[in-house]
Amino acid sequence: MLRIQHIVKQYAQHRALDDVSMDIKKGSIFGLLGPNGAGKTSLIRIINQITAPDSGEVFFNGEKLNPKHIAKIGYLPEERGLYKKMEIGEQALYLAQLKGLSRAEATKRIKYWFEKMDMQGWWNKKVEDLSKGMQQKVQFVATVLHEPELIILDEPFSGFDPVNAEIITQEILELNQKGATIIFSTHRMESVEQLCDSIALINKSHKILDGKVSDIKNSYRNNTYAIEFTGQFPAEKADLFSIVSTGKAHEIRIKIAEGKTPNEVLNYLLPHIQIQQLSEVIPSINDIFIQKVSH
Amino acid sequence: MNKVLLIIQREYLTRVKKKSFLLMTFLVPALIIGMYALIAYLSVNGADKATEVQVYDESGIFTSEFKNIETVSFRVGKTSFAEAKKEAATNEKGFILHIPKDIEQLSKVELYSKKKVGLSTLSTINNQLEEILRNKQLKDAGIDAKTLATIKPDISIDSKELTAEGEKDSSAGAAYAIGFAAAILIYMSLFIYGSQVMRGVIEEKTSRIVEVIISSVKPFQLMLGKIIGIGLVGITQFTLWIVLSTTLVGTASKILLKDKVSSVKTELVEGKQNKAIAEASTNPALTVINAVKTLNLTYIFTCFLVYFLGGYLIYSALFAAVGSAVDNETETQQFMLPITLPLLFTYIMSFTFILNNPDSSLSFWLSIIPFTSPIAMMVRLPFGVPDWQLALSIVLLIGGFILTTWIAAKIYRVGILMYGKKASYKELAKWLFYKE
Repeated sequence: MLRIQHIVKQYAQHRALDDVSMDIKKGSIFGLLGPNGAGKTSLIRIINQITAPDSGEVFFNGEKLNPKHIAKIGYLPEERGLYKKMEIGEQALYLAQLKGLSRAEATKRIKYWFEKMDMQGWWNKKVEDLSKGMQQKVQFVATVLHEPELIILDEPFSGFDPVNAEIITQEILELNQKGATIIFSTHRMESVEQLCDSIALINKSHKILDGKVSDIKNSYRNNTYAIEFTGQFPAEKADLFSIVSTGKAHEIRIKIAEGKTPNEVLNYLLPHIQIQQLSEVIPSINDIFIQKVSH
Repeated sequence: MNKVLLIIQREYLTRVKKKSFLLMTFLVPALIIGMYALIAYLSVNGADKATEVQVYDESGIFTSEFKNIETVSFRVGKTSFAEAKKEAATNEKGFILHIPKDIEQLSKVELYSKKKVGLSTLSTINNQLEEILRNKQLKDAGIDAKTLATIKPDISIDSKELTAEGEKDSSAGAAYAIGFAAAILIYMSLFIYGSQVMRGVIEEKTSRIVEVIISSVKPFQLMLGKIIGIGLVGITQFTLWIVLSTTLVGTASKILLKDKVSSVKTELVEGKQNKAIAEASTNPALTVINAVKTLNLTYIFTCFLVYFLGGYLIYSALFAAVGSAVDNETETQQFMLPITLPLLFTYIMSFTFILNNPDSSLSFWLSIIPFTSPIAMMVRLPFGVPDWQLALSIVLLIGGFILTTWIAAKIYRVGILMYGKKASYKELAKWLFYKE
C-alpha cells in the first residue's frame, strides 16, 4: 500500500531522515517507533505531503504520491488542535469538506460518528468548553470522517484516560478490520507492541530495524527461560544451561545451551527443586530497541 | 480552488458572525452622525450663548459703535466700574472691558474677567476696537461716512476648476477634508485587518490545527484563503459604514436644513441685525456639505476600495508571514518594524507635506511606490490626479502585492510548522530558500 524508498530530508544543519525505506502492507497495523527526535514526524509529514523529501520516493498503492492521495489519508498529528472558538459540528464539517467530502455527506457521517462515540449534543458546543479528552475524541472523528484508506496516528493515546484510550483502540481495530491500513507513530513502544503486526524502528534519522513483530521477536530469542521454583537451585551445568541472572529469591533466568531442549533441562532440575513455572523470555520491542541502539 | 473557497467562507463567516463585528458596524456610523449632529447643533445654537461684555468707555468713542455678533454681545456697564470689577470677581460669566480716556495716545485697553478669555472673543473685541478707532481717525482726517463705506473692500475667493466639461466649483477645503479622512481610514484599516490576519495565523499555529489543515490543503491556499476572507470582512464593513452613514446624514441634513430656515425667519421677525442672516448662510456645517458635493464621491470611494484592497493585500501577506514566524503575539514586536515604518512614514508625510503639496514630486513618488501609495494616493486623489499616474500606481500596487505574497508564502509555509523556535531575520531569509 505504501512503499517508501530511500528518503532523505535535510533541514538547515540537521539531517532528519537519511536513506529511509520501508514497505507498509495493505490492511496492516504498522508501528513507526523511535525515540523523540528520531525523524518520525518528518517522515509522516512527507507521507502527508506537508513537506517534500530532498530525494527518494513514496508510492501510494503503486502510484507515485500526488495531491490526489490527500483525500485518502487521515492524519491525527501529535500536536492536536482545533479552532477554540468554533462550534464542534461546524469544525468537523469544515475539516471533512477540506478533505473533499460534500457538505451533506459530511453532515451524515458526523451524525453517525457522534452517535457511535457517545458525543450527541456536542454539535453546538465550542472547543474551549470541552475537556482535553473530549477534544481528542472530536479530533479522532475528524481524522476518520472521510473514510481514509490510510490512517496515520501520531502518539494517538497521549492525553487519553484509560477508558477513552480503550474506546479509541477498539475503533481503530474496527477500522482496520474494515480494510483501513493504520500507521502508529510513537516513542512509547510498549503501548502499541500488542496492536501492531509490523514495525519499523527509527533512531537518529536512520531506520535500524523493520519487519513483522513476531519475526523480529523470534530472531531476538536467545533460549533464555525464566523459572520460578522452591528449594535449592543446583549449580549450572555448562553443557546443558548457564545462569543468566538470579532475580528474587525464587526466580532465576537461565540460558539453555545450543542443541538442548527445555525438557532436558527440566529432567535435570526436577530432582532438586519444585518447579512452579517455566517460561521463555521473549524480548520486548523496547528491549530489542535498547539492545540495537546501544550497539 | 474549491478548498480556497471553503477557507474564505470560514474566515469570513466566523468573523462576520461575531458580536463585535455587528457592534462596530453600527457604532461607527452612529459616532459619525453624533459628531456631525454636534457640530451642526453648536453652529446653529452657538449664538444663544454669546459672551457678554460690559463696556466702560471713558473715551466715549466706542460705546455706540460696538456690533453684537453671534458669539459676543456688548452692553454699556450699568454700575460703576469699581463695583462691576468687584462683581466680576465672583461672576463666572461676563467680561468687563475698560477703555481709558486717552485711548488715542496708545494707552492700554483692559479686559477683566474671572475666567480666562477665549482667543476668538479676544480677537473679536480687538478687531472691533481697531476698526472703530480707524473709522474715527479716517473721519477726523476728512473722509465722510459715505466714502468710507465704499472703500471697504470685501473679497472672497470662489475657486473654479477648469475641466473639459467647462468650469466647476472646486473646494480646496473639502478636498483637504476628504484627503485627511481617507489617509486616516486607510492607515487604520491596514493595521486593523492586517493584524487580524496575523492573529488568525498565530491562532492556527498555537492551537496546532494548522498541521491538520495543511495535510488537506497547501499552505499557500490556507494563507490566501485567510487573507481574502478577512479582506472581504473589511470591504463588507466599509460598505455598511458608507451606506449607513450616508443614509443617516442624508436624513439628518434634511431635518437640519428645515430647522435652519425657521431659525432665520425668527431672527428676521425679531428684527435683529441683518448680519445674522449672513452668518446663518455661512454655517460651517452647510458649507462642508455643499463643498463635499462638488467632489466626485463615487470615484473617490471606488479608488478607496482599490487602494484599501491593494494595500491590504500587500501588508496582510507580510502580517501573515510575521504571524507564522512566531509562537505568540508578544513575539511579533521584533518583526513589526519593517511593516510599521513605511506606513507610519507615509501617514505622517500625508499631514505634514502631501496635503499641502499634493502635486510635488515627493508626493508623486510616494503615491506611486506600492508600499506607500495606498495612503499617499488617497490623500492626493481629491485634489485631482492625472489618469496615467493613477494607472501606473495601481499597476505597481498589483505588482507589489504579487511580490510580497510570493515572499510571504515562502516564509509562511516553513514558519507554521516551526514550534518553539525563536526565529531571527537571518532565519527568515534562510526559509526563503528552503525547498518545499
